Amino acid sequence: MNMTLKAIFVRIGRSAITASGIFLGTAFLVSVLTQTAVLQGHQELDEAASARNIWLVTMSLVVATVGIINSMLMAVTERYKEIGTMKCLGALDRFIVRLFLLESGMLGAFGALLGALGGFLVTAAIYLIRYGSGAFARLGPAMTIRGFDMPLWLGIVGAVVLGGILAVLAAIYPAWRAAKMPPAAALRVEI
Amino acid sequence: MTRVAPSASEYIVRTKDLAKEYIMGGTILRALDGVVVDIRRGEYISIMGPSGSGKSTFFNMIGGLDKPTRGSVFINEVDMAQLDAAELAYLRCRTIGYIFQTFNLIPVMTALENVTLPMIFAGLSTDDAQMKGSKLLDRVGLGDRLNHKPSELSGGQQQRVAIARALANNPGIILADEPTGNLDLKTGKEIILLLKEMNDEQGVTIISATHDLKMIDVSDRVVWIRDGKIERIEDREEIDVRVGEMEGE
Repeated sequence: MNMTLKAIFVRIGRSAITASGIFLGTAFLVSVLTQTAVLQGHQELDEAASARNIWLVTMSLVVATVGIINSMLMAVTERYKEIGTMKCLGALDRFIVRLFLLESGMLGAFGALLGALGGFLVTAAIYLIRYGSGAFARLGPAMTIRGFDMPLWLGIVGAVVLGGILAVLAAIYPAWRAAKMPPAAALRVEI
Repeated sequence: MTRVAPSASEYIVRTKDLAKEYIMGGTILRALDGVVVDIRRGEYISIMGPSGSGKSTFFNMIGGLDKPTRGSVFINEVDMAQLDAAELAYLRCRTIGYIFQTFNLIPVMTALENVTLPMIFAGLSTDDAQMKGSKLLDRVGLGDRLNHKPSELSGGQQQRVAIARALANNPGIILADEPTGNLDLKTGKEIILLLKEMNDEQGVTIISATHDLKMIDVSDRVVWIRDGKIERIEDREEIDVRVGEMEGE
């Protein structure tokens, strides 16, 4: 745990890039949810816009996930030497994987939290400006899935959790690959 | 010389027809071609040869860092090829200590944390590990630099930390790959002496792959390797190399 925190802060630049992918994806998701909720409250949303929103949101999540996979691949590649060294000291493969999953999970949770906050605040600001203080008087559902109307707060919480989970999933492949390399190959890398 | 327990064999490392081949483009590169070496417990043995001779490949085979194409390595009479990933990790943690030319310390950790890391993997409590780690760092002359990060230490000091780390779990073997490669003449001599002291004090077998001739003086035996094959193995007494004249000090 300690190692992970240190790793994040020492490489703050890399960490920021990894986190920003999730940040943007979550921000976008939350802004769309907020927008839907406000507009539904004012009965302004039509079917086509709704469908388009779902499509946009899905795409943004895919993009964010791909961004994280890429970022974690880079993070892992930069640290091949460290990983090789740790294996020489007796680290088990699953320790290495867990180390990177923990790191990406923390970055994901943090990025998602900030993203949700950012997305909500920006969208709220836009609608407050447009509709004045009455904007949030009546909130409709942020999303309707099979007849279940999801309130905005649930949507936001869901987005944060989703962001964190995606970050962990995205790190699995890079972390597993790095852990399975024979130490000689890992140590040979010169970056 | 301490008396070895009857159940422990005299040879701590044995290789049988060890070979490693790489396929580059259309050709086969034979980094190692049928190497047979028996290394006794407590020996200080140097593997010497020019660049590209196969020393590092040999180092990787013995250390379980890579798999041979052919042949076997026996550590304490156990065939390494029979070990699964967890058993290999155990071996690397408890039986073998590694020292590299590029030190390979974890940059985000202090000297003490670097030395205690293998102890944590071995299951020691943080307190026990820190106590043991401090003693080891003291022994290698870095007692006042426990909390320095590698970037705050000189090359020689980093290698000392690496030596302390290699000794963390009282291994039977220390494998050193060009330990003096990145060090100047004087510092290199200090490191070689430190390794010899560890060999004498703790009876740990030291296997060092190097082309530093200064290593010859402290070695019990020297294995000369060239083009992946052993040229000859000599006891120190048989070697007649005058290194002193080259130093110019």
